[in-house]
Amino acid sequence: MKTEGWLRRKGLQSLLLAGMSGSWLSSQFAYAQRMNSGRLLSFEDMVQPIVKGAKLVKRDLQIEAPILADNGSLVPIQIKVQSPMSALDHVTHIYLLSQRNPVVQMAMFQLGPWNGRADVSTRIRLAGTQEVVALARLFNGEFRYKQMEIIVTESACVDAA
Amino acid sequence: MNIARVHWPDNVRAGEVINVRMLIQHPMDTGYLQDLTGKVVQRNIIRSLICNLGNQEVFRIEPSSGISANPFFEFCVRATATAEFKIEWIDDKGVKGQHLQIFNVS
Repeated sequence: MKTEGWLRRKGLQSLLLAGMSGSWLSSQFAYAQRMNSGRLLSFEDMVQPIVKGAKLVKRDLQIEAPILADNGSLVPIQIKVQSPMSALDHVTHIYLLSQRNPVVQMAMFQLGPWNGRADVSTRIRLAGTQEVVALARLFNGEFRYKQMEIIVTESACVDAA
Repeated sequence: MNIARVHWPDNVRAGEVINVRMLIQHPMDTGYLQDLTGKVVQRNIIRSLICNLGNQEVFRIEPSSGISANPFFEFCVRATATAEFKIEWIDDKGVKGQHLQIFNVS
């Protein structure tokens, strides 16, 4: 009985250790692959190269993505902008921005009135837990955005091999 | 070689807004990962992907390394008349891809 308890305690200890060293190991791998994925950009740094001081409002845009993504190499994401998509009022561009990835702009989509709905979905790569920003440029030059935090358990920049 | 797959609903009526889904077969190497021998795999991603419906460009994507391998895209388009749906893309190595499919509108 006593040995069993000791064994169990040991087992728990090693589990705890493995859990702690996991994050250390992954950061080591990230360093080995010359990734500066520890850097987190501020919202202004992410958005301003595209917005360039134009009007920016947080409304009428939805992001649908998992809150917890198991694998950063493949995170499904859907962006919906509420827009009539008429000739004078439509979404021209949708940008997907990442806070932590080495390349901030993950994708740019160009749309027009012929699309009928401003509704785009794709699968993105994420280098760890971060805020993802969807930015939509309207025909009148105004920008809309929405932020969403996605928790990533395994970064896309760490090779499983 | 079947390198792209495009899908939309079966019975499309004129004036309807439909979802178009695309799946392109491409490795989308980021240029940050190493292969098994420790060599860095050169960056090779799709630079731009253009969708044309007839003579009208309906959707254009400029992906970066932030898009997953074998990229999947979905967008909406308003069906007007039967036309040819064409996807064209080009990657970092200059390899061009193309996919044609007839878009039937009843």
